[in-house]
Amino acid sequence: MAHSLAAVPDVMQPPPDREFGAGVYNEKVGMWIFLGSEVMFFTALIGSYIILRVAHPDAWAAPGKMLNIPVTAVNTFLLICSSVTMVKAFAAIQDGNQRLLLRWLIATVLIGASFVGVQIYEYTHLIEKGFIPSEGLYGSTFYTMTGFHGFHVTMGVLCMIYVTWKAFRRKYTAQDHRGVEVIGLYWHFVDLVWIILFTIVYLI
Amino acid sequence: MATSIPRTGQGGGMAFGGDAHAHHDDRTFLRKYIFSTDHKIIGIQFLLMSLLFLLLGGVLAMLMRWQLGFPGQPLPAGGGMLPETMAARGVILPEFYTSLVTMHGTFMVFFAIMPLLVGVFGNYLIPLKIGAPDMAFPRLNMASFWLAVPAGFLMLSGFFVEGGHAAAGWTSYAPLSANSEYSGVDMGQKIWCVSLIVLGLSSILGAVNYITTIIQLRAPGMHWFRLPLSIWSLFVTACLVLLAMPVLSGAIIMLLFDQTIGTHFFLPPKGGQPLLWQHLFWFFGHPEVYILILPAMGMASDIIANGSRKPIFGYTSMVLAIIAIGFLGWGVWGHHMFMSGMNPTLGTTFMISTLLISVPSAIKVFNWLGTMWEGNITFHVPMLHAIAFVSMFVIGGLSGVFMAAAPVDIYIHDTYFIVAHLHYVLFGGSLFAIFAAVTYWYPKMFGKLMSERWGKVHFWLTFVFYNCVFFPMHQLGLQGHMRRIYDPNQYEYLRHLQPLNTFISISAFCLFTAQIIFAVNFISSWFRGAPAGNNPWLDNGLEWTLPSPPPHGNFATVPTVYRGPYEYSSPLVEEDYLPQDRQLPPSPGAPRAPARPQPPLMPAPHPSSPTH
Amino acid sequence: MRDFLSWLLPPGASTFTGEIDWLYNTILVITGIAFVLVEAALVVFLVRYRRRPGRRATYTHGSTRAEVIWTTVTALVVVWIGLASAGGWHRIKARDAAPAGAYPLLITAKQFEWHITYPGKDGKIGTPDDFTVRSQLHVVVNRPVAAVLESEDVIHSFFVAPWRIKQDAVPGMRIPVWFQPTKVGTFELGCAELCGLGHYRMRAVVTVHTQEDYDRWVATRAGAVTASR
Repeated sequence: MAHSLAAVPDVMQPPPDREFGAGVYNEKVGMWIFLGSEVMFFTALIGSYIILRVAHPDAWAAPGKMLNIPVTAVNTFLLICSSVTMVKAFAAIQDGNQRLLLRWLIATVLIGASFVGVQIYEYTHLIEKGFIPSEGLYGSTFYTMTGFHGFHVTMGVLCMIYVTWKAFRRKYTAQDHRGVEVIGLYWHFVDLVWIILFTIVYLI
Repeated sequence: MATSIPRTGQGGGMAFGGDAHAHHDDRTFLRKYIFSTDHKIIGIQFLLMSLLFLLLGGVLAMLMRWQLGFPGQPLPAGGGMLPETMAARGVILPEFYTSLVTMHGTFMVFFAIMPLLVGVFGNYLIPLKIGAPDMAFPRLNMASFWLAVPAGFLMLSGFFVEGGHAAAGWTSYAPLSANSEYSGVDMGQKIWCVSLIVLGLSSILGAVNYITTIIQLRAPGMHWFRLPLSIWSLFVTACLVLLAMPVLSGAIIMLLFDQTIGTHFFLPPKGGQPLLWQHLFWFFGHPEVYILILPAMGMASDIIANGSRKPIFGYTSMVLAIIAIGFLGWGVWGHHMFMSGMNPTLGTTFMISTLLISVPSAIKVFNWLGTMWEGNITFHVPMLHAIAFVSMFVIGGLSGVFMAAAPVDIYIHDTYFIVAHLHYVLFGGSLFAIFAAVTYWYPKMFGKLMSERWGKVHFWLTFVFYNCVFFPMHQLGLQGHMRRIYDPNQYEYLRHLQPLNTFISISAFCLFTAQIIFAVNFISSWFRGAPAGNNPWLDNGLEWTLPSPPPHGNFATVPTVYRGPYEYSSPLVEEDYLPQDRQLPPSPGAPRAPARPQPPLMPAPHPSSPTH
Repeated sequence: MRDFLSWLLPPGASTFTGEIDWLYNTILVITGIAFVLVEAALVVFLVRYRRRPGRRATYTHGSTRAEVIWTTVTALVVVWIGLASAGGWHRIKARDAAPAGAYPLLITAKQFEWHITYPGKDGKIGTPDDFTVRSQLHVVVNRPVAAVLESEDVIHSFFVAPWRIKQDAVPGMRIPVWFQPTKVGTFELGCAELCGLGHYRMRAVVTVHTQEDYDRWVATRAGAVTASR
């Protein structure tokens, strides 16, 4: 395994002794590509939503009538904050500041988890009100889209916990913090998707 | 550069793993062969898995052909073993027949052809051909395989649940698939959904890996336009998988929710839209069609250049054709839906885009012909299969023009003409190319040569019976014979076709039987084949500079690439091939370089001589 | 040669026959020529350029002129086929393609039968004198029919081979389909889209009458209003 990446000193650079590829390291390229796949997944869900809603506009309640917009707006704000803390964490480890990295990562995990918590709270209330997936197209699309976004956030939080644990064990340095950057890319993507979902599912 | 011959497995042991190489390998058996992260082992694992599913898909097809050839008669052998819910006293039941139709398509598309092309050769060839030590993410690669296996077994389990397996066609058109009241199948349909979601995840992980590897890990000098066409096609295929599979996953998740938690995506009573399923399915499905043919085209290109001992004709236009297919493939899905009730104006648009996508395919065919023109054609077994691929793909491509022309499609849509067309592309195209590729890279994978003599017998029987099976299906379709019908004799106007159906069935049984030769050749060569040597086909690719099988980590030193992969019969050297990594003296106009000694590996160095 | 080995479409019995069969035959000729040329070239190359001792393949990487020629020719041919098809497609399938005054029918598909609702004496669907008949389609020769296709459960497909007409019936949609039979006689209507385990027997008898015959049949039917469900 003479070419093992671990043996190469600066792993945040593209692989050495290779043709010039994307100009960055493999994990980052891989995450970009994976996010391309994620874009298509959410496109399928959002596209279906638009088609169904245009065909049957009367199946949807007026904005704010069924869904609690203020609560979700606060939740959206939370998620955006977690993107900020993520950026802070990345900036911290770029400077080699382990303590700050850990602090911001923990903040991100907590905010991400509370986003999921608020979503579960929202779900239970809606279900009590009789708004369930089998209610109609509104319920079907609402739970599928927000549910799969919530699933993505949950996965992100789980990965973030793993990264935090690695940060706790001081595995990231100013020279090699690939895990932090890669999970950050995913995290920002999930945030972006939520802003779109919040707009089209709640506000319109 | 290793030039020694790996004499592993001489005593008949399993030869893969490739530890003839000098450095010590202390991985345990489990890490080496089962939960391996080595792309070569994973490729071979995919090969064995998908060949088994290919066999299963074949058995399902034989059952269908029995019913169509001999309607209402009890199965000749083993029919009594089937439970009464499948075959009453050996006679196949209509509900089992629709399951057979569904699962033959599902297994062949998702668990045989797709993993054979993408899983096997994507894994095996990409790092070797671009000069990389392994995939960019070896553990992800292992995860991809170990997601595909449970997906396959889950799909298999559907035959044994109450209500039988999914029976809504491999396309699973809603609402038939979305509500068990309509199909009579409950659990089977859900299993179908879950299995394909898992398989989709496996494919996406694989695609991320392939794309990253090709972008990042090419050896010095291997620039984009020196990549073999097999790698180009696998690259574009991986992009298609990456972007198409999530759409299928999304659609299947909605379908699964319709089946389980009562959502209404595809169920009309509360506003769901059956056509939405079709749009989503075919938005995935048409790129999927190219996923199933592009790698076949790429590998056939490699083999045809090798067999013709001539550079591939029009390399650049071949690459551009692959890319063009990759783009145009996204804009043609509607041609599967000409009869669906979709707005007819859209039909016109899709008709034009569909006809246009035949242009890059035609370019490829002409370039293959151009490659053989003035070549020095060696008829080794892979070349025979590759030639069959070209000639059969031509038929499949031309028959596609009929259904692209929407008015003609009104008549032939959902008839056996479509069945004939898709099998000319998927069997005549993809599967012949797979046979070509397996026989071509088998020596590299296992370090042994397959028997040329039995390979030729298998080829000719397959070629003849294949055409006997699928060519007459055009005629069935032209007479108006619908697809997926259990008993065509229900229709008076189809009754006179029974002799043709019987002929097709008998040919199909012969075709199936002929595959035993391949299976035996595959297995026995593994144990008893002659040692392959590094480069049995005298090919230029980087993988042929390595021992067979290549060691873990592939290249001892990173190879440097000096030229494209198709420099056959180059005037710069004596012999008729010029490996990509061979450095020639500085001035190319200067006298010929001294011929490197031919690898003294085989008793008879000529690839087409029989080895048994 | 037995008729079922023919490369031609079987005899047609509607006004669509001419258009579709002409297009089919044209494509058959074009693809036939392409098939013969390509396969013949392949066989000639395989024989002529087979490996022989002392020969060496010509070292060439291709020819831009050849690429341009075959790309252009193929593109022109397929675009021509597309243009030649567009008109016919529009005449057969466009939402407003049915001629004015066409005879209305309502065809409802359900697992695994066809229910055909006739307009009765007033010639209008949706009036009390409508009557529904199961698995029997009766029409008048040379009189255009404008049917609406509906489905009660899953997707079915309305297919009458000699008429060269096929159209899916989708639940939740009302899809127009029109045709004009040109031959008196009995034909078969089949389902062309997998619709469940009884798909293979979802068949109906099509009878094409003369106008007098048809009127007589309507009279016998209209008397006893058939609620065949």
